[in-house]
Amino acid sequence: MKVTFEINGTAKSVDVEPRTLVVDLIRTKLGMTGTHIGCDTSNCGACTVLLDGRPVKSCTLLAPMLEGKKVTTVEGLAKGGKLDSIQVGFHEEHGLQCGFCTPGMMLVGKALIEANPHPTEDEIRWGISGNICRCTGYMNIVKAIQHAAAANATENTAGVA
Amino acid sequence: MFPAAFDYIAPGALDEVLSLLGQHGDDAKVLAGGQSLIPLLKLRFAAPVIVIDIGRVDGLEGISRENGHVRIGARTRHRDVESATDLRGTLDVLLDAAPLISDPLIRNMGTVGGSICHADPAGDWGAVMLAVGAEFVVKSAGEERVLPAAGFFQGPFTTGLQSNEVMTEIRIPVGSGKSGGTYLKLERKVGDFASVAAAVHIVLGGDGRVASAGIGLCAVGAHSIKATAAEAALVGQEPTDDVIAAAARLAGDAAEPKADIRGSAEYKRDVARVFVQRGLHTAIDRAQGAAA
Repeated sequence: MKVTFEINGTAKSVDVEPRTLVVDLIRTKLGMTGTHIGCDTSNCGACTVLLDGRPVKSCTLLAPMLEGKKVTTVEGLAKGGKLDSIQVGFHEEHGLQCGFCTPGMMLVGKALIEANPHPTEDEIRWGISGNICRCTGYMNIVKAIQHAAAANATENTAGVA
Repeated sequence: MFPAAFDYIAPGALDEVLSLLGQHGDDAKVLAGGQSLIPLLKLRFAAPVIVIDIGRVDGLEGISRENGHVRIGARTRHRDVESATDLRGTLDVLLDAAPLISDPLIRNMGTVGGSICHADPAGDWGAVMLAVGAEFVVKSAGEERVLPAAGFFQGPFTTGLQSNEVMTEIRIPVGSGKSGGTYLKLERKVGDFASVAAAVHIVLGGDGRVASAGIGLCAVGAHSIKATAAEAALVGQEPTDDVIAAAARLAGDAAEPKADIRGSAEYKRDVARVFVQRGLHTAIDRAQGAAA
């Protein structure tokens, strides 16, 4: 069947079997391997994508459910060669070790600070509670999200006299 | 893992959904948020011939107040209940339960009606709906039924819903009395299914006595359990510590837990008792502080 949606700002129309999982569609059919398959059982969040701006687990979504929706993957974070503030945060604060959970953590972090620009540490920890880092590097992941929130706040006030 | 092949259809109108359900019956499964169904499809515990996605049907989402009821569209996401802060003071138990359902990503997709119809014995909404005395509006082609939550949950993944029916709305009566409630959940780690959970909802009369009491238990039996003897022991009483402790013991007796990796039967039964006792104290404190 035909499914039409937008991914990272680009319109796509693909032919899929209805049983295709979104994570497989993105990785195999669209060749974007930044979205990871971790547990494949809705637990770990390595497959996180944004669906109309909200983080969801793409291993627990059927491809036809994307019809008419907007998807953002980790490949859609950087714009014109410029890293998103959440990516800068993970770089500056060493928010990754093996990197496997990182795409999901960054997307959840980005959605979190868009909905709540000044999150407390507790709110960040609660926000990433659906994403597992098996290196257990949570301290720096929290700092990375705080870094991005602070950078966004500075940018939003820059130039305001 | 990927599901067995199925036909997929996403009707734009409820009538079409009902007609398809009438036609396919047990061969069809309704897909809402998919957070229970898709894992079952992937594990091939479910292998429907046709999946009917109700994601494009208008009018199934949202929370509103009407004629003494709070109405929750069946496809309302857990997250939208979590953020419906105007329910505080009226239906505390919903606001306390919503953030404890799985994790934030699942709550962005999963739906209240989907979770109720899935009827996992460890599903949180079942106990909550039993506590607040909810009614479920279910439709089939040419017919509408209103089913009370009490009696709806019949066994693991088994409900009073017929194969040609779909749930469209949850109705929760809200009276004029002072009400309070809460949800207490024991989980091994954040985002897990409940080891044990208890939902409590109390309405106090003008004389300070308990006008109505709702107690639902989660994950301590083959389905969500309404602790009716405990509820009856509270109604008409002044909510003293002794009355609450006695009701909590009756709630513990109503639990039918099985020993598993999450604990022994004896342990779970006692957690249910303690949670109901704590929950009743919180519910009554909140009701006493609430505006009528």
